[in-house]
Amino acid sequence: MFGLLALDELMAARYQMALSLGFHIVLSCFGVAFPTMIFVVHRRGIRGVEVALTLARKWSKVAAVLFAVGAVSGTILSFEMGLLWPGMMETFGDVIGLPFALEGIAFFVEAVFIGIYLYGWDRLPPKVHLRTLIPIMVSGLFGTFCILAVNSWMNAPSGFSLTTDASGTLRATDVDPLAAILNRALWPQFVHMFVATYLVTGFIAAAVYATGVLRGRRDPAHRLGFTVPFAFATVAALMQPAIGHVAGMRLATDQPSKLAAMELAVETETNSPLIIGGVLVDGEVRGGIEIPGIGSLLARGSTDRAVPGLDEFPAADQPPANVVHWAFQAMVGSGFAMIGIALWFWWKRRRSDPFESRWLMRAAVGAGGLSLVALQAGWVTTEVGRQPWIVYRVMRVEDAVTKNSGIWISLAAIVVIYAAMGAAAVKVLGSMARRWRESDDVDLPTPYGPPAPTPPEQAASAPNPTSPNPTSPNPTNTVRS
Amino acid sequence: MNLSDVVAVLLFVGVVAYAVFGGADFGSGVWDLLAGGDEAGGALRAQIDRSIGPVWEANHVWLIYILVFTWTAFPTAFSALMSTLFVPWLLAGFGIVLRGATFAFRKFSATLGEARLYGVLFASSSLITPFFLGMIAGAVASGRVPAEGYGNRWTSWTGPTSWLGGTLAVLTCTFLAGTFLAADFARAGHDDMAATMGRRALVAGAVTGAVALAAVLVLEFDAESLASGLHSRGAALIAISAVAGLFSLWRLRAGRWARARVGAVVAVAAIVIGWGVGQYPDLLVDELTIADAAGARSTMVGLIIVFGLAAVTAVPALLWLYVLVNRPDWAPVDDST
Repeated sequence: MFGLLALDELMAARYQMALSLGFHIVLSCFGVAFPTMIFVVHRRGIRGVEVALTLARKWSKVAAVLFAVGAVSGTILSFEMGLLWPGMMETFGDVIGLPFALEGIAFFVEAVFIGIYLYGWDRLPPKVHLRTLIPIMVSGLFGTFCILAVNSWMNAPSGFSLTTDASGTLRATDVDPLAAILNRALWPQFVHMFVATYLVTGFIAAAVYATGVLRGRRDPAHRLGFTVPFAFATVAALMQPAIGHVAGMRLATDQPSKLAAMELAVETETNSPLIIGGVLVDGEVRGGIEIPGIGSLLARGSTDRAVPGLDEFPAADQPPANVVHWAFQAMVGSGFAMIGIALWFWWKRRRSDPFESRWLMRAAVGAGGLSLVALQAGWVTTEVGRQPWIVYRVMRVEDAVTKNSGIWISLAAIVVIYAAMGAAAVKVLGSMARRWRESDDVDLPTPYGPPAPTPPEQAASAPNPTSPNPTSPNPTNTVRS
Repeated sequence: MNLSDVVAVLLFVGVVAYAVFGGADFGSGVWDLLAGGDEAGGALRAQIDRSIGPVWEANHVWLIYILVFTWTAFPTAFSALMSTLFVPWLLAGFGIVLRGATFAFRKFSATLGEARLYGVLFASSSLITPFFLGMIAGAVASGRVPAEGYGNRWTSWTGPTSWLGGTLAVLTCTFLAGTFLAADFARAGHDDMAATMGRRALVAGAVTGAVALAAVLVLEFDAESLASGLHSRGAALIAISAVAGLFSLWRLRAGRWARARVGAVVAVAAIVIGWGVGQYPDLLVDELTIADAAGARSTMVGLIIVFGLAAVTAVPALLWLYVLVNRPDWAPVDDST
């Protein structure tokens, strides 16, 4: 209790940002990757596979819920950029604002075509309708690029000079917004995250269907609903170690303090060990397995090259090494576990029916959870690893955070709202799945009012405001779309 | 007109678009709140869902556009706005989250009880968000946001102009949405519902007009700089807004919903543009001019290019969406189909 009251404003602001981002990132993964998976299934559907068409219809309704929550949780983030970090926005808004503006275009195109796609069923010609997914996919890719341009710039700032004006305020001059976008960390971070959206969406969607299989539902819809996302996720999972490795290789020169924390390297040394597990206590690594040389080999490409150690940085400039180290290891560990599960499925599929293997299906459910662990741990690694800087070696978080007090009140409000919103989303999606199981009807009528007691033949003679079709069983207060 | 003025105009295009499209969107939520019990309100709620379902996310992006243009083009002003008006921004933000999420949840509710809960949250947050955004506008218009930021956390957004701004925002949203919904009902072939909605919109429009008149008096003593701008440069726009508003009421009386809608849109757009013109060249009234708030020149050029890109990508997409939802065959697909 006293701990909460004593929570300092900076920590409250960081927790609020972390929670808002951590919530939104899961939904934005679906926003980026799910349309592609819907596209694959939908296309199969209009080529005559009835099961696929039904599945695409259901997925588009699921997407409607997820995209709505994603859109609003993304909006809050743009508020929080200013509410929580006015110091950064004031100094660097014109340096790094442009990719946000470009992302605005992506968001417009995405929102428009989501509206058209969701409401286009039975209204647009099938081929045109299918193709309305393409702008959503493209804007997802472009939007990811823009957001990662901003984040990577915070890790590898470029495109400006710093001056202090007469009043002692930090000012960015000689602004080159293009150079800021094309910073050194951009490409590896962008590709790593873009591929991650497919990994997360694929494994989570597959986990939902694996749960159904474990409950005895092995129908073609479950097989298709599992296999398409799982295939995307498998390709993504196989790519991630290589992409992540490229991203990590630049750290030794660009962000050495982050690398030192990730590797739990106390001193700068060549032939640096890879430390699996372990905790840093009073400047010493306790526990953990040390494999000599592998740290240098992985991070620098050669055992002869040194991995920077935490001792190169004053205590005030060091990130919290244990958090970064464990987050990094959690990401890597779950990444390899997911690869194992994915390969198990495809190997099994060549020999027998993989959906018969309960252990495999349980593992596939686990892969859904692991994908979330990897996603969140990856972001913790890069964000906490950048501490104490908000803009690496340029601006500290304490100079960027708002001077307003009472941030923990808004943090508490966000915790309550997001917990309720998350629970409601899960409940609504669960009830949609239940209704689909109970009926062959894909449409889910909205209960705007009590069902009209009027029998159909009477309804035909009575003027009815909502339903021009008098033979519908439930005409007054339900709507389908 | 220098570069920063051009960018300020582009930013303000977003403000006007958000006031009109976002306004009609929020206002639909207000009508949802006023629709009555389950039995009486079902038909109206169903129409609201059909009307804003396909467009609400796109309408909403205008707010992001405004925020992003502000922080990119005028970073110090953005920082001042956010640090001073922390509370109303936060409350408006919570409203946005609750509104969008519960709107989607209601659509897929399994039971009437759930639909009722999400409906109440959706409808009340449709009231909260424009109210606080209006209060923020009032704080800017009355010169209560200091250029260096961190103005008084409470009094800077609770002056007379802010209360007026909040009230007027909610009312204009309600009026706009009333004309949109009446036209939507008529297009769907429900002339009786259109007539009911039209009568309500007429009342909303009359109240909005009356409050707007009262606003003139409040601005005279509480927002003198803006008032003097409105006397000179903004006078024509205020006149246009008044004429368009009266035209809209006249057409509502005659049952010409589509024309009433055009009148309402022009009235709202003109008054918002009048606000902008009235406070020019200030970005934060009495505190910071557009030119002084401007960020780096290269970024300003970049923003103009981004606007150009949006004009050839997002704008045609938006137009296609609005054309589609106004087509008769985009009326709801009913049970038998």
